[in-house]
Amino acid sequence: MTQVLSELNGLVLGLFIICTIAMTVTRQIGACMLIFVVQSLLLAASAFLLGADPFSWHLFALGCVTVVSKAIIIPWLLRVLTPRGNYYRRELSQALDVPITLLIALALTFAGYAFAQHVVRAAPNLSAGNIAMGFAALLVGLLILAVRTEAVPQLLGILAMENAAFLVGIAIAPDFPLIAELAIAFDVPLLAFIVALLTRIAYRQMGTTEVGTFASLREGP
Amino acid sequence: MMQSIGLNVLQIAFVLLLSPLFAGVLARAKELVQSKRGPSILQPYRDLRKLFAKDERVSEESGWLFRTAPFFIFIVPLIVTLLIPVLTDFPLFFAFAGDMLGAGFILAISGMFFTLAAIDGGNPYGAMGASRTRMVGFLAEPVIIIVLFTVSFVANSTIPYIVQQHWVHPLANFFAPSHVLLLIAFFMVILAETGRLPVDNPTGHFELAMIDESKALEFSGRSAALVKWGGYMKFVVLGIVFLNVLTTPWGLATSAALPNIGLAVILVAMKMLILIGIVVAVESSYAKLRLFRISEFLTAAFIVSVTAMVTEILHL
Repeated sequence: MTQVLSELNGLVLGLFIICTIAMTVTRQIGACMLIFVVQSLLLAASAFLLGADPFSWHLFALGCVTVVSKAIIIPWLLRVLTPRGNYYRRELSQALDVPITLLIALALTFAGYAFAQHVVRAAPNLSAGNIAMGFAALLVGLLILAVRTEAVPQLLGILAMENAAFLVGIAIAPDFPLIAELAIAFDVPLLAFIVALLTRIAYRQMGTTEVGTFASLREGP
Repeated sequence: MMQSIGLNVLQIAFVLLLSPLFAGVLARAKELVQSKRGPSILQPYRDLRKLFAKDERVSEESGWLFRTAPFFIFIVPLIVTLLIPVLTDFPLFFAFAGDMLGAGFILAISGMFFTLAAIDGGNPYGAMGASRTRMVGFLAEPVIIIVLFTVSFVANSTIPYIVQQHWVHPLANFFAPSHVLLLIAFFMVILAETGRLPVDNPTGHFELAMIDESKALEFSGRSAALVKWGGYMKFVVLGIVFLNVLTTPWGLATSAALPNIGLAVILVAMKMLILIGIVVAVESSYAKLRLFRISEFLTAAFIVSVTAMVTEILHL
């Protein structure tokens, strides 16, 4: 039984890393958000699979919290609060070309794997896949955060990093304290709410959400 | 021996005779998704019959390449059929004559002749399509090579008959993360190589935007029929490599008994229909990429395949 579960977990992990790469390639906010939702569902699936045998209701709780907060509340909040129109369908500008970004993502994936090897060697009975893919996805999430110049995709980058951190977390600590679960249940939607609100105000004031360009001062009215 | 050759002939017949049907089903399904009625699923057969009956016109400027290329385009997928497990999961007569890399090279022969013939025909759109196809081909090549490397790491072999056993024995290999990554990468390559959306629009009529189709513009009559049929067969052959070797090695005949083979024909055709369903879903949900965005699509496939290889090497 445990064997089957860990095999299924492998499948989930493969799809998780594909979602992370897909988020790096996607140029539309709507599609990016959809991939983020799928990634969150995969994280929840991994939590359910790891928590089933030996049974851990902490991991089940974490899975449920992830589904509710990241797959339902956050996308809804962002949809409601961010600007209307073709905002979700138009192409995003990026600080780097997509092929270059992808090659950096590849290098980061290797770095994540290499780092995970040390952790796995120290604790061989943990799910090695979760740790390696989690570290890799964490670094790629950081890359998404760095290359996007618009507010909402940057937020999605942060959230992708968070998903990746939890992917490692559920492998390392099956008995996650409940307080941490509740913290993410409230913290992350709040973060999304604040960023979405700021984006809305910025869009109304400046007509754009390219926060990368806000660094320089504007002249006169 | 005779039995093995007989089965080979049956495999060729399967690819040869059913490939227009699969093309017809794909076209019809796409139209249905778009709320249109679409042509009958037998339309490709009618097209082929019509083209074989028509006169052939050949440009005065063209040489022997233009006249011989359609035969290569038609024959090559059939040669590859001899090397791959279409209906049986035990090796046949030519099973060890070439591995998957060899099959890839043989398929490349038809690509080369098609490209040269398109330039030879003298039509400017042909040369344009030829250079674009080469661009897509160059970008897809590394992905194919890396996918085959990964396969050889898993199975210690690239002979398709051996590889297909390794995905299911033990079943853990089937669910390995590297397997999923590899499948996605190979599927993206199939879309690019057979000229489907989002890389190329197979139903487009605008010559300037064509990639694959514009190479065939200059062919007429019998040559056009052979080129068309070759294209249908290439899709089926790549689909069968994807299904029977890499994804789902189930449903193949385990012995040469006639009922077994009959069942395998039905099951492989059903698997093919499922693949067509997925292709229709992809084609109906994505717009065609701009020419210079194709490199992004195939870079993504490359990254996925390299990740698959590293994941496999590290046994994650």
